Amino acid sequence: MICCTLLSLIACKKAFPPAIPEEEVLDGPIDGLTAQEKQQFLRGDVAFNDEVFTANKGLGPLFVANSCGSCHAGDGKGHPFTTLTRFGQTDSTGNQYLHAGAPQLQNRAIPGYVPETLPAGIGFSKILPPANTGLGLLDAVSDADIMAMADPFDANGDGISGVPNWVSMPAYTQPRPGAMPLGGKYIGRFGKKGAAYDLLQQTANAYNQDMGINTSFEPYDTYSHLEVDPEVSNATVHDVVFYLKTLKAPVQRNVTDEAVVAGRQIFQSIGCDKCHRPELKTGNASIAALANKIFYPYTDLLLHDMGSGLDDGYTEGHAQTSEWKTPALWGLGLSKQSQGGQYYLMHDGRAHSIRDAILLHGGESEQSNNNYQRLPQEDKDKLVKFLESL
Amino acid sequence: MKIFIFNFKRCNILYAFGLILQAFVLQAQTDSSAFKRRPTDTTQLPLNMDAVYNRPFLQYKKIPVALGGYVEANTQYAVTNGVSDGFSFQMKRMTLFVSSSIHRKIKFLSEIEFEDGTKEINIEFAALDVQLHPLLNFRGGVIMNPIGAFNQNHDGPRWEFVDRPLSATQLLPATFSNVGFGFFGKTYQRNFVWAYEVYLTNGLNDRIIGNVSNRTFLPATKQDPDRFEESFNGVPLTTAKTSLRVKKIGELGLSYMGGVYNKFQDDGLALDKRRRADVLAIDFNTTLPGSGTTLITEFAWIFVDVPDTYTQQYGSRQHGGFIDIVQPIICRKMLGFENASFNAAVRAEYVDWNKGTFRETGGNIADDAFAIVPALSFRTSPQTVFRLNYRYQVQTDLLGNPASRTGAIQFGISSYF
Repeated sequence: MICCTLLSLIACKKAFPPAIPEEEVLDGPIDGLTAQEKQQFLRGDVAFNDEVFTANKGLGPLFVANSCGSCHAGDGKGHPFTTLTRFGQTDSTGNQYLHAGAPQLQNRAIPGYVPETLPAGIGFSKILPPANTGLGLLDAVSDADIMAMADPFDANGDGISGVPNWVSMPAYTQPRPGAMPLGGKYIGRFGKKGAAYDLLQQTANAYNQDMGINTSFEPYDTYSHLEVDPEVSNATVHDVVFYLKTLKAPVQRNVTDEAVVAGRQIFQSIGCDKCHRPELKTGNASIAALANKIFYPYTDLLLHDMGSGLDDGYTEGHAQTSEWKTPALWGLGLSKQSQGGQYYLMHDGRAHSIRDAILLHGGESEQSNNNYQRLPQEDKDKLVKFLESL
Repeated sequence: MKIFIFNFKRCNILYAFGLILQAFVLQAQTDSSAFKRRPTDTTQLPLNMDAVYNRPFLQYKKIPVALGGYVEANTQYAVTNGVSDGFSFQMKRMTLFVSSSIHRKIKFLSEIEFEDGTKEINIEFAALDVQLHPLLNFRGGVIMNPIGAFNQNHDGPRWEFVDRPLSATQLLPATFSNVGFGFFGKTYQRNFVWAYEVYLTNGLNDRIIGNVSNRTFLPATKQDPDRFEESFNGVPLTTAKTSLRVKKIGELGLSYMGGVYNKFQDDGLALDKRRRADVLAIDFNTTLPGSGTTLITEFAWIFVDVPDTYTQQYGSRQHGGFIDIVQPIICRKMLGFENASFNAAVRAEYVDWNKGTFRETGGNIADDAFAIVPALSFRTSPQTVFRLNYRYQVQTDLLGNPASRTGAIQFGISSYF
């Protein structure tokens, strides 16, 4: 009788919580991975989302977060709880405060240690952890395509003059096939200023700067500044990089909704798409599932002057302090689900609604902001509805 | 320099267990009818603190040694947000206990637990009790810290649920035992019995705020392999409990456990200030005279001095508890079992691992879980229970993002032997 009851209950699907629709979550792999690639994805998933560092496992002693998942819950945007603080660089001559713990403030410490504090009077940026999704697709866009979108001298006179952030590559990274260096520098495409060349650099830096975990790629301890033994294996770092590369792109929702369709047209008509480019394509890629794909991230991967309101007096690479890389808008509508039910938008989370975020756009995007403000309320609502569908 | 050290040799206990078991097996080969089940005490208003001795021990003739144990195994099928890893069968634990009367006023009891196969082997209890007066008994050895009622009364066959309560495993360290000494006593007056326990033992360690659970987690202190060898920081842990049972009303227990958890000095060098962890628990149980309905509840509050400069992932306040309601439906001879019963039960439980607000936003820190567990159980006797549970659990992460929802069907058996 008990067995029958048990089997009946198991057979009754209503006894179990249903799956969340794929388009409502950010995690999960891209389509087309091989069985071996899926295994590496799962290893990376565990290292990224489940591995928690403690003092015994190498955490810190100075750190910001103690796991990758602390900053990127559900692979989505972060929460102010784990906001990063960067300081010490105001122009392209490099960071002048490396001796004082720059570029990143480690504002937490394991018991018995004292965390860092900002040097007095210095400019700094608060940087909210970004979402991880679709990064492999962005990584596989060719330099040629990025250069084709750049318009450093505003040749077309539209007021938009996107430029790449030219950065020095660390020795452990390899240029992409077809890379287009300029004066020994390469196009950075990850991070809010686009200062990281690839996901290996981004990952190794995050282990080191965010968690105080040293790898063979970034072996210098942020507390002692001495070279120390790796606390995470190269294999694990590569698994995490693979995981980040193969996380699926966010899936747009309510695509046929009339307001969403209208909102998309408004998005284009007021000029948002000049920087937030809807469509990009990948070139050749080492992971077959990423190669030669068309995708819809709503970014051009270029730096734009966002005006004095967003100028924190800090920068990275060749970017100016008022310049920020166009953030991808895909997954925007799901942001709240990883930020504790509230929006924290823009680079530091200062905007608590999509409307607030639009109104903070200045510099090259000021015209679009003005266009938005002139819209009737009904069209503003449609625009927001479209952005929430991404 | 170690200021306060208790030492206990686990291997000696295991060896003694082996010898006693061997003796019993040899005796059994000669005359199995000589074994008798020692009756449990049902006459004197038993308290949770009595659970350690109030078990169905097996005794051979008049040898002053009694053996016992229990086993718990189950299967479960769980689905979280539509994703399942399928069926799994679990051998949760097997526990062996041996008690002996060394003298009319001196008793020894030991309990060894094998959890998850042999993944964990723990001495849960191995203590000598010396009665000086009914109100003053000395206890020394490996002591089960009496924080909350479940820690004292945790034997699987006594419960209608496959899983132990969340608050007993996720907040309080279930079956938390340490080496130490202390006193306990009890007094009876007509319709009530009052008891107390107070112990000093080895204590907590800094794993409670440095563990892979990524939250303040007192049970992590059990992962220190040296805790039976020496105190982590030289400061004893104080545990005290008082209970009052009034006939026809029930038993109310209040307990406290507290001490320093960090290594504030080493080799004479000051490393940090003394940081405390303090736990308060209240428990109550009763059986309604008319319906036979049993109600068991326990609630705990935990306060931990977490450094301000550490991550808020590890909270300084936690609380949680559970309430079980068990209703006998049929009590009669069934399937050839004389004292069988069929019961319906339900458990509601809640834990908040991190009570507080984010410094950065002022928003609530979530990291909590709620579960409801309806259950059916069939007891062939009070010692053996078959149980069928449905568990529905809602768990929210630190940030308060959409909760994960788990539904699980669990079927298990637990029995004394």
